[in-house]
Amino acid sequence: MSGTPDGIRIGNGAGFWGDNLDAPIRLAEKGGLDFLTLEYLAELTLSILAHQRRLDPEAGYVGDFPATVARLIPILKTQPKLRIVTNAGGLNPAGCARETARLLAAAGMGDEKVAWVGGDDLMPRLADLRAAGERFRHFDTGADLPDFGSAGGLVSANAYLGAAPICEALDRGARIVITGRVADASLTVGPAMHAFKWGWDDWDKLAAASVAGHLIECGAQVTGGLLSRWQTVPDYAHIGYPIAILSPRGDCHITKPEGTGGVVNRETVTEQLLYEIGDPARYHTPDVTLDFTGTDVEEAGPDLVRVSGAKGVRPPATLKVSCAYANGFSAKGDLVVSGRDAARKARAAGEMILDRVRQAGAPLSRKYLEVLGAGATLPGVETGQGDLKEVVLRISVWDKDKKAVERFCREIAPVITSGPPGISGYAGSRPKPRPVLSYWPSLVDRDHVRPIVYVRGAGELAA
Amino acid sequence: MIRLGDIAHGRSGDKGNHANIGLIAFTAAGRDFLEREVTAERVKTYFRDLGPDRVERFALPRLYAFNFMLWNALGGGASDSLRTDTQGKALATALLEMELPEPENLAAMLPAGAGR
Repeated sequence: MSGTPDGIRIGNGAGFWGDNLDAPIRLAEKGGLDFLTLEYLAELTLSILAHQRRLDPEAGYVGDFPATVARLIPILKTQPKLRIVTNAGGLNPAGCARETARLLAAAGMGDEKVAWVGGDDLMPRLADLRAAGERFRHFDTGADLPDFGSAGGLVSANAYLGAAPICEALDRGARIVITGRVADASLTVGPAMHAFKWGWDDWDKLAAASVAGHLIECGAQVTGGLLSRWQTVPDYAHIGYPIAILSPRGDCHITKPEGTGGVVNRETVTEQLLYEIGDPARYHTPDVTLDFTGTDVEEAGPDLVRVSGAKGVRPPATLKVSCAYANGFSAKGDLVVSGRDAARKARAAGEMILDRVRQAGAPLSRKYLEVLGAGATLPGVETGQGDLKEVVLRISVWDKDKKAVERFCREIAPVITSGPPGISGYAGSRPKPRPVLSYWPSLVDRDHVRPIVYVRGAGELAA
Repeated sequence: MIRLGDIAHGRSGDKGNHANIGLIAFTAAGRDFLEREVTAERVKTYFRDLGPDRVERFALPRLYAFNFMLWNALGGGASDSLRTDTQGKALATALLEMELPEPENLAAMLPAGAGR
């Protein structure tokens, strides 16, 4: 392809667990990739996997990944250079690697090497780490992580590993690298470090690769997804997933496969560059602390954008840790409210439901009433709700006590016959209390975390 | 009056209980206008219903962009929040509805090829 920049091509075919299942296949088929990354772990995904692992010790990883590998096997055979890096391992990267190896071995690819990266899971080491002085202070409140005792309140505790163990696994010949919690951008930095052998203190190169990773980690969000001027995005239904092209000099371009929908331009890339960042002069990853403030974003061709000018400095001596702990129960109920004064009727119905829960002796610690259609998700925006003739009432509640939440769930249906007129949309299935897993972000000393890299032939690993 | 969305685009998301909104002017003239008009204080007042502790504004001048951090604005964050928009995904679209006085050089702030 003339006009395509030189360098390694890293495509990301999943931006979260639940993303489009065909995207990785299409991207691998058409992307001309050296590396396919698949990113599955949002802040609380590991706590969901922890719950699954409690029910089944063999579980705890993203099952979508082996299913995707099964579909990718013909492509892995015709593209012998293509390698895969993913954080699908979740809380059980060894189990995920075993399952993946079985699929490869069964397809006659038993000689291919599969790697898993662990050491991020701090749960088994928590007592030792506390003895070594770790307090896991909450990022925002500064409070020490409580001792949840043996009651099982703490569900998961994972440090964010960086690119080094991924790079090591690739250096040792792994065709597929499966990690637990690593920083999302490190899925891209690992392959770049493997390919270019940059120094681990070459901060500006690490910054360039990290920016590339940050831009592609959410999949189609950089190829037209979420774009403010969405009307300018062609063919959302066939949206192409992103490819970062990195050169040995640290140049970075973002593109997508030819013939796909969506668009890569200055607007898509700039919006995603700013996505979920804090101080743009100090964006921390385990590999490098980035300064985005001098970044340039230029259109270099159709669906081809050059990103340059990110600077890097040495990252802190600590790594981020995400913990999740069981924290009471929540439930939410929706009702459709129609006709004149819909928004006011919705509010009256909601207040009535909450009053009745109170009368029943089940005070709820937290409750929240929303009138959807009247701007519930648009704070600050005047939406002229007086004129609305159809809205959705949504009531959400939380309490430590499951019984109080259960009582709330029972009080939604009666409002249909005993409240204002025009209420429908209650399909007869009562909402159920849902256990809440709360998030506890903190830090741990880098020296207290020891990444594990395990590389074996698929045939051996599968046995 | 104009809508902020006439001269800028943006995207929002979460970090725990905090929200960020990346706001990007279409042109350099638009950036200078945003710098004067869309201050951290103004954004904090606009989002008073969310009750952020504070709002910080960071500049990325070469990108014509500002990043707004809305601290403790998400009612507890992803798992704890009882709101529909637990992750602040809609906040950028809300901010783009902000009304601003029409600048004299409005034409220099519009995206290429766009009418109003």
